[in-house]
Amino acid sequence: MITIVDYGMGNLGSIKNMFKYLGVESTIQSDVDKIKRASKILLPGVGSFDTAMQKINRGDLREVLDEKALKEQVPILGICLGMQLLTKNSEEGEFDGLGWIDAKSISFKDRVDSQLKIPHMGWNIVRKNQKSKLTEGFELFDESRFYFVHSYFVRVEDEKNSILKTEYGVEFDSAIQKDNIFGVQFHPEKSHKFGMKLFENFARI
Amino acid sequence: MLKVRVIPCLLLKNRSLVKTVKFKKYNYIGDPINTVRIFNELEVDELMFLDIFASKESRDINFEILKDIANECFMPLSYGGNIKSLDDAKKIFAIGFEKVVINSNAFNNLELIEQIAKYFGQQSVVGSIDVKKGLFGGEHIYSRHGKKREKESVVEWAKKLESAGAGELLLTSIDRDGTWSGYDIELTKRVTSSVQIPVIANGGAGSISDIAEVVGRANASACAVGSMVVYQKRGMGVLVNFPDKKSLEKALDSVVE
Repeated sequence: MITIVDYGMGNLGSIKNMFKYLGVESTIQSDVDKIKRASKILLPGVGSFDTAMQKINRGDLREVLDEKALKEQVPILGICLGMQLLTKNSEEGEFDGLGWIDAKSISFKDRVDSQLKIPHMGWNIVRKNQKSKLTEGFELFDESRFYFVHSYFVRVEDEKNSILKTEYGVEFDSAIQKDNIFGVQFHPEKSHKFGMKLFENFARI
Repeated sequence: MLKVRVIPCLLLKNRSLVKTVKFKKYNYIGDPINTVRIFNELEVDELMFLDIFASKESRDINFEILKDIANECFMPLSYGGNIKSLDDAKKIFAIGFEKVVINSNAFNNLELIEQIAKYFGQQSVVGSIDVKKGLFGGEHIYSRHGKKREKESVVEWAKKLESAGAGELLLTSIDRDGTWSGYDIELTKRVTSSVQIPVIANGGAGSISDIAEVVGRANASACAVGSMVVYQKRGMGVLVNFPDKKSLEKALDSVVE
């Protein structure tokens, strides 16, 4: 059972739809007591960094998530903004992130050619950088492509935490991992068979 | 990898998919769910649904059908058709769509775009403009799926939608709709050169070269396609299809760096 954390940020319906299609049990959960019992967590997120961190810091959610990620070490997957929250901080806001992975979220603006449209929106390909259970079987596709929508991107401090790379004016870390903690910048739930493969892999971890 | 998004634009009329010619002649295409299953298998980039009657007759949004669509589709989805409030948009996003297309209701409530953009981000709002040429030259914007003539000029309105917070524009030539005669290059170019946000060209696509042309000559960031993905050929029967990706890629590579 995968617990999709509902903290008021984002498009949870489509994530649940894809798990349902794959025959993987999942539940959308906002009740902290129930999240406390989760064996696998998905942290979604669309919106701004500070709003998301404020919502997570409010009440007991932050404490429960820290416990789950660091002490119990259950598998956690952050999607899009949910990935950026795993980092130490973001140029988008003032708040500290969850800081579980040594990385920062930084802006495309001023780092890429001004001709490039921001947000980076659309399909793009990913390239494997480090082996990971999350990306097993990607070599079966002639190219793995995913749907992205974001204005900020993640840069890891240690290359071993970068499992996928993507290029949009600049090369960035499109998937990261540290032990049981995973993050993907793209939307697997909107990425056809590529997203399904990734979700299946996560369900198996 | 396609550098330009090619988006099947599907028209809903009650529980059916239809295709129009110049916003008229509602030709029955099929059941929306069966159709989206095919597009899902074809792995199209993105799908757009416009409920033309919701818009034309101010009918309520059919959330049930949107749910059925979202259960089958694992690609970006957008919906347009009488979205009146932030609450409507919230419901649509909760179902699993990530963009809303706003056209008619922006004319009396431009703030709607601002509200949705603030809440869900600019990338979630597509401002839509339908344009028709007059008999004696000149052109007008029409709302309510071609029913109501508006006063604003195209460029002026495009800029207003942009500054209200639309993250993208859908620009439709009513005259070209369903005609297989190619996009309106001049119109598209006029809009792409006056706004910063991406413009989706719509109306008239009949071939891969039409797509390449509007991208190369008019700077469209994306192309909406209708007839060419629901009919076998011009004047022939219904056949849900999508242009061969390699040929598309090749045509687009020749016009995009």
